[in-house]
Amino acid sequence: MLKVTWRNLVARKLRLVLSAFAIVLGVAFVAGSFIFTDALGGAFSGIVKGTTADVEVMPTGAGEVDQFGTDARTLPASLVDELEELAEVAEASGIDELQGVFVISKAGKLIGGNGPPGLAFNYADTTAITGKPILSRAAGELPDGPGKIALDIDTADKAGYDVGDTVTLVTPGDPPTMKAELVGLVRFGSEGGLVGATLTVFDERVIQDLFFGGRDVYTNISVTAAEGVSQTELRDAVQPLLPNGVEALTGDKFAADQQEAIGEILGFINIFLLVFAAVSMVVGTFLIINTFSILVAQRSRELALLRAMGASKRQVNGAVLVEAFVVSVVGSTLGVGLGYLLALGLEALFGIIGLDLGGASMSLAPRTIGIAYAVGILVTMVAAYLPARRASRIAPIEAMRDDVALGETSLRRRTILGAGMVAAGVVLMVLGFVGEGGRGLSLIGLGMLVILVGVSQAAALAGRPILRGLGVVYRRLFGTVGNLATENSLRHPRRTAATSSALMIGLTLVALMSILGQSAKASTDAAIEESLTAELIVSNATGQFFSTAYAKQIADLDGVASVTTFRQASAKLEESQVFLQAVDPDSLDAALQLPVDAGSLQSFDDRSVLVSSTRADASNLEVGDSVELTFPAGPKALEVAGIYPTGGAISGDFVLTLEGLKRAGIKPEDSLLFVSKEPGASERQVRAAIERVLAGNPTVTLKNQEEFANEQKGLINTVLYIIYALLGLAVIIAMLGITNTLALSVIERTREVGLLRAVGLSRRQLRRMVRLEAVAIAILGAVLGVVMGIAFGVAMQRAIADQGLDVLEIPWLQLAIFVALAAIVGVLAAVFPARRAAKLDVLRAITTE
Amino acid sequence: MSDTTVAPTPVSVIAARAVGLRKVYGQGDASVAALDGVTVDFRSGEFTAVMGPSGSGKSTLMHCMAALDTASGGEVFLGDQQLSGMGDKQLTLLRRDKIGFVFQAYNLVPTLTARENIELPLSIAGRKPDPDWFDTVIDTVGLRDRLKHRPNELSGGQQQRVACARALVSRPEIVFADEPTGNLDSAASAEVLGFLRRSVDDHGQTIVMVTHDPIAAGYTDRVVFLADGKVVDELRDPTADGVLERMKVLSQQAVAGTAAEA
Repeated sequence: MLKVTWRNLVARKLRLVLSAFAIVLGVAFVAGSFIFTDALGGAFSGIVKGTTADVEVMPTGAGEVDQFGTDARTLPASLVDELEELAEVAEASGIDELQGVFVISKAGKLIGGNGPPGLAFNYADTTAITGKPILSRAAGELPDGPGKIALDIDTADKAGYDVGDTVTLVTPGDPPTMKAELVGLVRFGSEGGLVGATLTVFDERVIQDLFFGGRDVYTNISVTAAEGVSQTELRDAVQPLLPNGVEALTGDKFAADQQEAIGEILGFINIFLLVFAAVSMVVGTFLIINTFSILVAQRSRELALLRAMGASKRQVNGAVLVEAFVVSVVGSTLGVGLGYLLALGLEALFGIIGLDLGGASMSLAPRTIGIAYAVGILVTMVAAYLPARRASRIAPIEAMRDDVALGETSLRRRTILGAGMVAAGVVLMVLGFVGEGGRGLSLIGLGMLVILVGVSQAAALAGRPILRGLGVVYRRLFGTVGNLATENSLRHPRRTAATSSALMIGLTLVALMSILGQSAKASTDAAIEESLTAELIVSNATGQFFSTAYAKQIADLDGVASVTTFRQASAKLEESQVFLQAVDPDSLDAALQLPVDAGSLQSFDDRSVLVSSTRADASNLEVGDSVELTFPAGPKALEVAGIYPTGGAISGDFVLTLEGLKRAGIKPEDSLLFVSKEPGASERQVRAAIERVLAGNPTVTLKNQEEFANEQKGLINTVLYIIYALLGLAVIIAMLGITNTLALSVIERTREVGLLRAVGLSRRQLRRMVRLEAVAIAILGAVLGVVMGIAFGVAMQRAIADQGLDVLEIPWLQLAIFVALAAIVGVLAAVFPARRAAKLDVLRAITTE
Repeated sequence: MSDTTVAPTPVSVIAARAVGLRKVYGQGDASVAALDGVTVDFRSGEFTAVMGPSGSGKSTLMHCMAALDTASGGEVFLGDQQLSGMGDKQLTLLRRDKIGFVFQAYNLVPTLTARENIELPLSIAGRKPDPDWFDTVIDTVGLRDRLKHRPNELSGGQQQRVACARALVSRPEIVFADEPTGNLDSAASAEVLGFLRRSVDDHGQTIVMVTHDPIAAGYTDRVVFLADGKVVDELRDPTADGVLERMKVLSQQAVAGTAAEA
């Protein structure tokens, strides 16, 4: 039996390749996701280890990674000297580290800054736990006074600066931009680059003067151990000298904590990617089931012959499964290889949003290989099981018959099953709407999934009217060829349905996302239009904080009535991260109309907070309650002064006053400025004056309301495009599915093709016939997908309307374009099978048995 | 090619002609000549049978003459058109517009109704059938109440009659039939052959039929006998018995020939 199976595989190389394709792509996505996140993790871990000394001394809790907003606490410089006295200490270096220092390239462009931090610190001659110096001089001198800096080699290279050039920097301090001479280049101690971060090195006094108010303080102290002293011994020796609110962590512990926190964030990225990998796998499963079903159907006579010669059901079943196994192993192997390439693609994709992996090395962990093969083999075997079981049911007598047709399971049963699933899915979604918060949403999601599978089951029958309708158009446009194509698509309803289901799943998700994206954009517009009173907005498109100096300078300009400053930070509320906005209550009115559901803005002061309606619901907060938010510097109890509806102009869970946030230990750095002009002032002149203030800083820009809305919408678009790109792979798999089905159908219909050619169908007409069938399958999938996408999109928007997505907008034109693109996918999918059909030798085709 | 230009052709006009036709399969020592210099005329308005034992080259002859296969040597004329040198496009047009086909089996497109199958060559060309002629053909084959049926709802005889109707409805210059009754029982065979006969008698259709069945050959005007890729004999106004007789002689000659060689 094994021999027969093997011969089959070899004899049908083409089919092997086609059915392996689905597995290759699915596995590639899985492997690619892991390879990519491993590379990210490796790069981050390299940075962490390369910058951590034997013992790190810092304000307690300052090492938190997921903290948003800069910790304002510092350490007195005298501590360094005290630590150096210890016998266990070889060296203690005071470090002044800050973020938000960006390099502007020679061409005036921002380097990095699109996500990864712009780091700055003073040069310290410290050795990391890796045994290498944290920084080493690569060229030129180290900065030793005002107006001098060094840059890391990669950043200088990207920005086009050489030693001796004058570098423009954006800083979070005052002045917000500065020029300095590049006196040297440094090399970072870690392997794998800086993951897009940039590094500027200052002289210690200079950095303290510029960013720490001239105080002789440090953000942390790196301590290296003397010969023979372990990290723990060193920490224990250091500990007693530390004042209250300062902690010492061993390098290993510090690095492990950081890596764990980073790992958590990377875990999200991995899960995000794996969701798309799963979509691809599901789509691939359809393709594999379909391919094996067709293969079994076409080989039924041969299988019946085996049965007639005494092969048992189990042997026939096994033969098909062994074939599937071989295909899955080959497919998975190729998939892992392709996954590596895909990881490079993901790197480029994520580079767009600023996660620049630069020198990070892509490596193939054994875990990745294991998972890739497990997924590939398992999915294939499961997908091939049903066709294999059907193969084993072929009666030996069928070998003798002229036409062997495997009974397709009755359409009625499938349709009833599908309809039942759709009904169950609807019930789940309704329950989801009734249900609360997260659980409700999961129910809605589950409902969608069940409906999706149900529709794919019922599509064989449900798709018929769509194909018939398309047939009318085809006949009108393409005459007999159109008619033949339509009839062919209706010939094996299950096959057509399964093939188009793959595309349907992809398009459902695409349509769903496009509706959510469009609604988000419309909601943004509405929120800005309804509540924004300020004419002009100063913001940083990349979400980085900027210097508070701008607010002061702009407020002093002629024609400016008021400037309302917004700051952002994060804190912990009962172990979960919450996002905070801070604003001056007195100038809030000048910026926007903040509607309040409960409580009032009158009682909003430095000891109180405003809470968003969703957060208030989730944490059971009412006006007058006390809520404890935990900051790096410690917990802070605040009173709830009011509740505002989620989704308006203000995002985030809580709003504090500027002073309140400062008291919580967060360094003042601005994220948004709302500028109102004086009634008589010319907007043009005010704009020009503000532009002059912002000159030289490409990151912080001035917008009017419309431009501000567009900037927000641009962010939504970026996310949408990334999601489209990831879903694109599922569409490619679906396309291969159409190719596969048609190629096998052409083989199956060889004699018919011969007949058509004999009675005068030209090659062109034949190719068109195959192409039209492919387009019919694609449009069926697209129409079903878009219809479901619309239904799901509307449902989803309704479900999360109270979280800021309160306006529903369906992008009809875009959806129509998706269907049109699907038709193009069909045309592309048909290229190969159409050529194959056209190449068939007429005579051989008619005389084929 | 509008239908009006096709004038009623005198019986003596040649519809198709092969001159020194050769068809060689394989190369070098392994080559086999399926047709070894066949010269034969098929006259317009005549029903001709091509007969011969298996391997005599009768099917190959038909394929070459019907623009389904290209010859290795010699010439094929269809009317006044020379087939050699024609590309796939021209051959396809030729098959579509000038030739009708009836095969032994698998004659119909399973997804199309009987009517759609009959109209297929015309609709491929983007033409409508002449309604009077269509009615005549349908009535002759007796399929009026079956037009909306799909092939799998028709008996084997009915399917072949649909195939015949398809071959005739476009008024081709010549119809090639390859063992059209090979899969039918005797009653159905008689129906199909009777229909072919009538289309020659009543409408002057030219038909060339490959068969190995003497009874089928008995319906024709003329039988051409092939053996070893050559035309070996010819019989006018044959009867089934006469054909059978002639075939016996031929096969004896063949056996004798083989014996002589050995």
